[in-house]
Parts: sequence; structure tokens; C-alpha cells
Amino acid sequence: MSTRLATGGRLLNKDRAYNFTFNGKRLTGYPGDTLASALLANDQMLIGRSFKYHRPRGVVASGAEEPNGIVGMGEGAAFEPNQRVTTTELFEGLTCASQNHWPSLEFDVGAINTKLSRFLPAGFYYKTFISPRPFWKHVYEPIIRKSAGLGKAPKERDQDKYEHFYAFADVVVIGGGVAGLQAARAAGKAGAKVLLMEQTAHWGGRAPVDGGTINEGKEKVNQTPVDKFVDEIVAELEAMPNVTLRTRMMGAGVYDHGYVLGYERVNDHQPGAAGPRHRLWRVRAGHIVTATGAIERPLSFAGNDIPGVLLASAVRDYAVNYGVSIGDRTVVVTNNDDAYLTAITLKKLGLDVPVILDARVLPEDSALMAEAKALGIRVMMGHAVASVKGGKRVTGVEICSQAGEGAVLETVDCDAVAMSGGWSPVVHLWSHCGGKLTWNSDFAMFQPDVDNPPKGVDGEGFVTAAGSANGELDLNGVLADADAAGKAAAKATGHTPGKAKTPTAETAEQAPMAPVWLMPQGAGIKKRMKAWLDYQNDVKVSDVQLAAREGFESVEHAKRYTTLGMATDQGKLSNINGLAILSDALNQPIPQTGTTTFRPPYTPISLAAIAGEARDERFQPIRKTPIHGWHEENGAFFEPVGQWRRPYCYQKPGETVHGAVKREINQTRDKLGLLDASTLGKIIVKGPDAGKFLDMLYTNMMSTLKPGKCRYGLMCNENGFLSDDGVVARIDDETFLCHTTTGGAETIHGHMEEWLQTEWWDWKVYTANVTEQFAQIAVVGPQARKTLEKLTDADISGEALPFMSWADITLGDGIPARAYRISFSGELSYEIAVPASRGRELWDLLLAVGAEDGITPYGTEGLHVMRAEKGFIMIGDETDGTVIPQDLNMQWAISKKKEDFLGKRAQERSHMADPNRWKLVGLETVDGSVLPDGAYCVAEGSNANGQRNVQGRVTSTYYSPTLDKGIAMGLVLHGPDRMGEVIDIPKVDGSIVKAKIVDPIFYDKDGEKQNV
Amino acid sequence: MSKPVSALDGATYQGFAKVEELGLRGMITIRGDLKSAGMKKAASTAIGLDVPGQREVNMTGENALAWMSPDELLALVPYEEVGDKIAAIDKALKGKHYLAVNVSDARAIFRVTGGGAREVIAKLSPVDMSSDAFPAGQIRRTRMAQVPAAFWVDEEGGIIIICFRSVAEYVFNLLKGAAENGSQVGYLS
Repeated sequence: MSTRLATGGRLLNKDRAYNFTFNGKRLTGYPGDTLASALLANDQMLIGRSFKYHRPRGVVASGAEEPNGIVGMGEGAAFEPNQRVTTTELFEGLTCASQNHWPSLEFDVGAINTKLSRFLPAGFYYKTFISPRPFWKHVYEPIIRKSAGLGKAPKERDQDKYEHFYAFADVVVIGGGVAGLQAARAAGKAGAKVLLMEQTAHWGGRAPVDGGTINEGKEKVNQTPVDKFVDEIVAELEAMPNVTLRTRMMGAGVYDHGYVLGYERVNDHQPGAAGPRHRLWRVRAGHIVTATGAIERPLSFAGNDIPGVLLASAVRDYAVNYGVSIGDRTVVVTNNDDAYLTAITLKKLGLDVPVILDARVLPEDSALMAEAKALGIRVMMGHAVASVKGGKRVTGVEICSQAGEGAVLETVDCDAVAMSGGWSPVVHLWSHCGGKLTWNSDFAMFQPDVDNPPKGVDGEGFVTAAGSANGELDLNGVLADADAAGKAAAKATGHTPGKAKTPTAETAEQAPMAPVWLMPQGAGIKKRMKAWLDYQNDVKVSDVQLAAREGFESVEHAKRYTTLGMATDQGKLSNINGLAILSDALNQPIPQTGTTTFRPPYTPISLAAIAGEARDERFQPIRKTPIHGWHEENGAFFEPVGQWRRPYCYQKPGETVHGAVKREINQTRDKLGLLDASTLGKIIVKGPDAGKFLDMLYTNMMSTLKPGKCRYGLMCNENGFLSDDGVVARIDDETFLCHTTTGGAETIHGHMEEWLQTEWWDWKVYTANVTEQFAQIAVVGPQARKTLEKLTDADISGEALPFMSWADITLGDGIPARAYRISFSGELSYEIAVPASRGRELWDLLLAVGAEDGITPYGTEGLHVMRAEKGFIMIGDETDGTVIPQDLNMQWAISKKKEDFLGKRAQERSHMADPNRWKLVGLETVDGSVLPDGAYCVAEGSNANGQRNVQGRVTSTYYSPTLDKGIAMGLVLHGPDRMGEVIDIPKVDGSIVKAKIVDPIFYDKDGEKQNV
Repeated sequence: MSKPVSALDGATYQGFAKVEELGLRGMITIRGDLKSAGMKKAASTAIGLDVPGQREVNMTGENALAWMSPDELLALVPYEEVGDKIAAIDKALKGKHYLAVNVSDARAIFRVTGGGAREVIAKLSPVDMSSDAFPAGQIRRTRMAQVPAAFWVDEEGGIIIICFRSVAEYVFNLLKGAAENGSQVGYLS
């Protein structure tokens, strides 16, 4: 059983205990524990089930590479699935639960899949569920969906806070092991601004566990134990004002231009503390040093997935860092010297190591081998694990020769297996932005190709790998390499490194490792089907070999076919072993097979951290007019218009939306309505060439407009399609005010600037977007003038201020206003623009003085219906980016005198001039009903695809309270020539509505009402 | 009651930094040839400050003159003085090609003060807020989360932020959230 040792645990604080629960079971641990070490200390070896076969799974590693130990953490609004126990710090009150099992972790029905594994090989899903074709969508996929996925999705809103932080540094060092610390020191001493990030809560990486002595310079002076060296260097760095150290912060990704994502888990270890849970650092670095260390590889032997089989380094970590033993009797199996450290560590702690199985055959013992033997450990060279015995827990190991096919020579009882297949540098961050790799055959590993780093705009590399991440596996080499990397980074950012001594380390000479990709070498199919590569996704040696046989020769194809490396750990343990097996099956060297692509993030980061502050009231900016507060207080039913929220209508208590719209329209037509039109775009265009410029932008003539007058205009893009419309007012000789649609304000302003800056740069025109400077209120209806006259002494009569003119007036208590006699409703109407800071004041004033005249505010739906009753087009309804003004019978707004305007040439193209283009008409249902929006008008026959022919479509459709029937506009083939004709418009339910083609102006065709 | 009202009517928030809406401030967009002597003189005489260089701002009290683009300045003056200042510019540049327009009501203006003020901004805008990279006298036109904003450090070390009036509440919420106690980063001094 796994248990807490009486002594040891350098990271623990045993002064107090933490209570936590796993699957409801109450357990205890210590401050400093990871969830993994705390579970193991309580003999909780079984933590979850694998994805495909629901095999029992226990912790295999001690860090970010862990594929098995994943749990659902927390409850309710703090619940999060798929959390790695090895990187989760224990805290008081932690709750977690195992995943991917039913009905319980101990007894799981899905484990039947493991018995069926012969029938569930690689590519099983693709092969089985491909036919009959419709079954995938309706039968297979829904069922597979239910059984797919590891953790459960959270049901409640996340209760925590997250944020971003933009940082800038000369040198960013990723990884706080001895390499990262030394690189940061070298760069910091040179004067560079350094940001050093470490994903765990501790400095020094795994060096304090592995041990060693460090000298100041080459001489054997100040021989410092490595853990003390770490403390000293951290203290030194903390004292440097140009160096920032952050723990619990993972370098998640490296991107172009020295961009680094840092994922800081601020409060994961202390839930409930003030501040954000995670902070995503978005860092611009002058140069990046990746000191990301190395990861130990598993060995592929039968039963290597049984709980109790761990990486040798992890067994050592749990013993030294957390005082936890995985078992009383641990068999060590290895192809290198490093694993001997585990055997020696365990033995010195008084635990039993019955045997070290070393796959190598060496002429003489290395220092570590001799040390192990001296401690009385039995070492069997050239031997291997034939298979591990046990189900939910290791019970023993069958031993065979590595060279053979696995005939069992001996069986040894044990309750843990520590395996080591060698080490792989963590090259992920080096590779994210294009750093190339090279194969190191001495250590059978990929390492950064220093001649091909990720390159920046200047063609120079902007990432330097340091220490083990750069292929240096012994402490002395790590220090030298890291020092050089730190100095190089400082130099790359314009600093001059000094001549400080590089620390050196004394390390024992190690015997060469031997690449061992399968154990034993001649393992038969039965063993290969039990030799796991990817523990989480259940990919075995036999699956990769099958993929190769079936032609998946590219490593990227083989990965997707087998799902190797596609689990939440992204193949940190399985990658190299898998492609070694693939290379062997393809009979080619490993470098020729290559690796799959390393993509950010290094380990999964929370989606909430990516969203940062963008949630709840900060999810999206909501633009509010100066009158928004009144709308909110008075029953506004809002609709989004761009980023604005505009009142669709104002509901009175007990009133339906439909009822409110009807009331607002009737009251406006009958008496007086008030509309908040502040969102309308308002762009000042000024300069000697302003008239010429507007003549190019609008289809009609603007330069002839007289100051004090208004003119409606259409704007097209260079392809001739209608893009915006609005009223232009001439303020003075050189100045125009262009009104745009609400959604068009920013884009039209950008459109103007683009033409001015790129094509007509020599024209003397300046523009300014003053949309938000003004609150604009439309006072609409027969009583409009009478009401306004109560607020001003100015003459606003039909004679003094006729239709399509404007005047500056003063309203109420000195509110400066500009009154435009324009109408989008067909009624007598004044649009009043006042400074935004007085908008609410005017709105309140108008409601007060208009009360006796029956004033009502109306919303955007009332606006839409009233304009449709008048046959006015709406950008976005009648237009969709494919409609030209001629389609809308607006030839009257297209100047024939002008030599040119944007869209003119395009509108002369043959297709644009085609008489068969659908044209705007009114549509009136025979039964008075309201047509469905967007419905098509059908014609006889069907097209080549067997679809019904169409001859038009509905663009706007409403119930008209004024006429008490449905009205609509639509684009219909030869529409204007077919007045009175009745056409068919099918509804979604299959029934047909008959509609008569009519004039699109349903109300006050002669415009008498607006022109009084 | 008849007085102009700013978007948030002087809202404040105290976290590890203080956030305040500063009420109404006169703002004038001035466009023209910033290299011409006439233009420079008109702007500097009207506002009482020199025309700033690229990405710079000159300020004194409530007045400031900020570089916005190669052909645009933003002048800040007391709200009541905007009309007079524009009239002065108009007079000085009569007959020249330029644009001076009142945008006071189109904007909201905030001030963030306190030791962590720079970090509040660094959570929201992709700008190097360290004091050596962004000393007083510099201005940045950038984004603040999802909306445009401009900001600079004032004479007392406070940070002045301007944004569009319609998103004043959104920006206030951003600043509030970023200044919440306990969320200090400890990266910028």
C-alpha cells in the first residue's frame, strides 16, 4: 500500500493538517501536499478510469505530464472537471471526485470494454459506424456522444473572477528550475528586465530531489548543496529590481513577435481569497528562454498501466518531497542510470527494492550501479518485465530477458513498479512558434536544433532553450547551458553581460542509456495488446502497429487514427514512445518519422482565464444614449442595434409587445410621438472640397444643397450596392452634417477616411464623427409643432422652417438645439439635436409639455412600421449587400448629371442593368394577414435541382395599425409592371398565402401630412 | 433642474486604486496640418499649451493638448470655455483648411489614482505601463478591453482616461473590476 513515511517530505508543513474528501471519503493531508501526494498518503491509489476501456487508473507521474490522475474538483459554482491531481495544491476543505465510471470507481460497468478490447482496436469507430450513412447522425453519434468525454460539464455559472494582464519584459524565462534561475540571474546581472515564471509553487525544479553539489566557478570552493544553492539564487534574484519572479505561473504558449502567454493560478490553492482565481499574462518579450526541463518516459511492457506502476522519478519525488511511499516493495525497471537514484533513495528510507531490472548489458558498473549494489540491491542486467501482475493494484512482476519473447524466468512479489525509459526534453515552448528539433541518438531524444530557432522579423531567433530543455541532462551541463542562454538573451536585447563566474556542479559519470521501446524486445501480440502507450486514451503498442499496417504512415495521421496523444495530457508521456513504435513498424529511423505538432497551451488553461474580464456586465460593451436611463425606468422592451440597446417599444403594465407597438403608432399618427434617435450616425464633413467629396460618396447631388437645407441621400460601395442612407444637412459653405444609419456610423466614417486617405489624399476635406456629441429626439405627429412652440420663441412654422430644412433654436431653459424638419414616419416631424449632456433634460421637458397633447414615446418597431407604411426603405431590410438603388426604384436619387460617384460604373454593368432584376413593390395579402418575414414568392415549375422556382421575396412585413391589416414590401420579378397581380407565397407549414402586388406606399402617398 | 449632466454624474469607486468619473470636460477635436506655423500658433494660443509631439500630451490644470494622429489634436479645456476656444481657433485660422469641432458631450473622462493605478490600466490595455516606458507627457490611443480609449499620466501621477460617452458605464465597470482589492499584480511600481 502507499502510505506516508514517518520522516521526509521537504515541501510539507506538518504543523497542521488539511481535511479533504475524495468521492465523499474524508481524508487528511498537509500544507505543501499536492492532491496526488495527499491521495497516495491515504493509500488512494485508484483515482479514475481510462477513456475507452474504463481501465483502473492511478497516478503515474508527479507533474504536469500526468495523464491518469484527473478528477472533478469542487462543487456547484466552483466545480471544474479534468483537474490534474499532480498539479493541484491541497487546501483545507478540498472536495474532488473521480471521473469516467459508472456506477462506482471500484465497480465499473464500462470496464466490459476491456474484455472486448480485441474487438475495439484502433480505428474501430471509423470502421464500424461508417455505414449505413444516415445511421451516423441519428443513431451512432448520439450514443457515442453520451459515452464520450471524461469529466462532466459544470452545471452552474463559474463563481470566480478572472483577469488579463499585459506585461513587457526584455527577457522572459519560462521554468524556475536551476536552469531558469541561473538564466534569469545571468540576464538580470546584465541589466535586462527579466520576468521569470515557474508553474509550480516551488523554485528549483527537480534538482533538490536529485541532489548534487554546486561550486562557485570551476574551483571546488563554496561547495553548496543544490537545495541551498536554489535558496541563495532566489534570494539574490528577489533583491534585483529588474527581475520579477512569479510562481504558480505556467508559460502556456510562445507566439510570433516574442509574445508569451503566462497562465497564473493566483488563488487555486486558496479558494475564497480576494482577487482573481486565474490571471492570463499577455507578455511581449524581447527574448524568451525556455528552461522547461525534461519529462521521464515510461517503458512499454505488459501491464504498465496497472495502478502502482509509476515513473521512477515520480516515485522519488513522492518520497523526497512529500514523504510518501508508493509501496513497501518497489521493483525498478530501467534502461538508464537515472532510475538507480530511485532505488537508492527508497533503500535509504528503509523501503525494500527487491530487484532492479536493467534492460542494458554493460561491460562494467557505473558509479550509481555500484552504489545500489553496495546497498544490497539485487541488479539484473539484460532483464525486463514480462508482465505486471494485478488488477486495480500491482501485486507482482514476472521477469524475463529483454532479448527474448518474454518467457518468465522468475516472479517477484511487489506492490509498486518504478520505470524509466529515459528522458525527453520539454521542447513544447521551443516548438510552438516554429523551432526545429534534432534527434540525439546518445539519449534517444528530440532536442532543440539550436541552428533553427523560432525566428522574428529580423530573421534572428527569439527563443533560446536552456538546461535539460536543451538536452543537457546532468547538473553541470545544465548550469553552463543556462548561464550561456541567459547571457545570450541579455545580449539579444541590447545588454552587455558581465564576466561573472558560471557555477559548476560535480556529478557522477553515468553509463549510456539504451533505447528500449518495447519490453521484452520480442514481445508477442498478447503482450503488445497490454503494453500501454497512452494511458488516458487507451492506446497500446498493438494499436500503433495496426495503424502502420493499415497505411497511416504519417505521424499526424497515425495520431488521429489511434487517438495517441489526443487526451488531456496531449501525449506528454506517450509521444516519443508512440512514434518509436511507429518508426519500427515502418522500418525507418525515428527522426524520419518526426513528431506531431506542438501547439499551445502547454497544459490546458481555463476558458475563463481566456475570457478574462469579459463576462457579466463586462461581457460586451453596451452603448447607451443619454436617455437610456428613462427607457429602463419606463418599461422599455430593448432590442440590440449594433452595440446599442434601443427600446423596441414601451410596455405598460399588462400590455403585450404587440399591443404596445399598436398603441404607440396610433397615438403618434393621431397626436404626438417621441423617439430617441440619438444613435443615428452624425458625421461632420468640412473643407473646400467637401461638396465634391460628398458628390462622390452619395449617388445624388449634394454640392448643390443650400446652407440651411437637408437632402436625403444614398451611399453605395464601389460595386454599386447600396450600403447606407440618410439625410445630409448643409451647415455652411464648407460644412456638411451627414446622418447615417445607427449601425453605419463607424463604418461610414471609416469608409470616408479610407477614400480620403488612400485615393483622394489631396482633397481638402476633414471629417469628424460627432454621433455621440448629440442627443437627438424626434418629435413626431400632428401636435409636434404646437408642443415645440411651448418650449421656444423661435419661429418654427411651415413657412419659416419648411420641410427638409433646419434651424438653430433654443429650447426650454437655454438648451441649444438644432431642429431638422425631416420625417421618417410620414408625419409632421422635427428631429431635435441637443448636446448629449442635456438630452435627458429635453426628453423630460417634452414629455411634460406634451402631456396635454397626448404625447407618447415610441420604439424602434413603431419607427419601422411607420416607415413601411410610407414605403420608405430600411438599410438591412430592403438591402442585404446585393441590392442596388435601381432595384428599389430609386432612380430619382441617382444623379444623371454627375460625371462619377462610387458605384456608378458598377451599376452600368450588364447584370446590374438587367431588366430581370427583382424590383421593389408593396405586397398586400388577400386575407389581410401578415406575411412571414423573408418568405419567397414562388413561380411555376422547378429548377435543375428540383427546387421550386422563385420570383421574389419579402423584405419587410408588418401588421399596420394605421390600416389594420398586414402590409409588406418585397423584391419581385418585373414587380412594378405587375400591379394588381396576385402571387403565391408559401409559409413554413406548407400553406400558401395569396398576396397582391401593390404600390409600396400604403399611407399618405402625396406626403401632405409631413409637409405642413 | 437645468444643467448639463455627464454620463455617470461623477461616479466613484475605491479599490486598491481610486476610480472617478471627472464630470464634464470641454473637448475640441482639431484637425489640420500640424506642421504649419499658423496651425500650431492657433492651437497653442487658444489652449495656452504648446503643440505636442507624436504620442505626447501637454497639460496644465484642466487644460491639455494631446496628439491624436499626424493631422489631429485633442484639446481639453473647462466645459464652459469650449465655445470661446473654438471661436478663437476659427478666428485665427479663418480662410485656412482645418476643422475644430466640439466633442465635449461625446466623451466621458475618468481618473484613476493610487499606487496601483498603472496596473489597473495594464489589465485592460495592451500598453507597456511601466513608468520608464510611459512617463507623464505620453499619451496612448488604444483599446480598453473591447472599446477605444486614450489615456495619459497627469502631473500628480493619476491616469486620465477618455472614452466615448455611450460606453462610459462599461469602462467604469472595467476599471472597477480591475481595481478590486486583492487583485493587485505587483508587477508595476
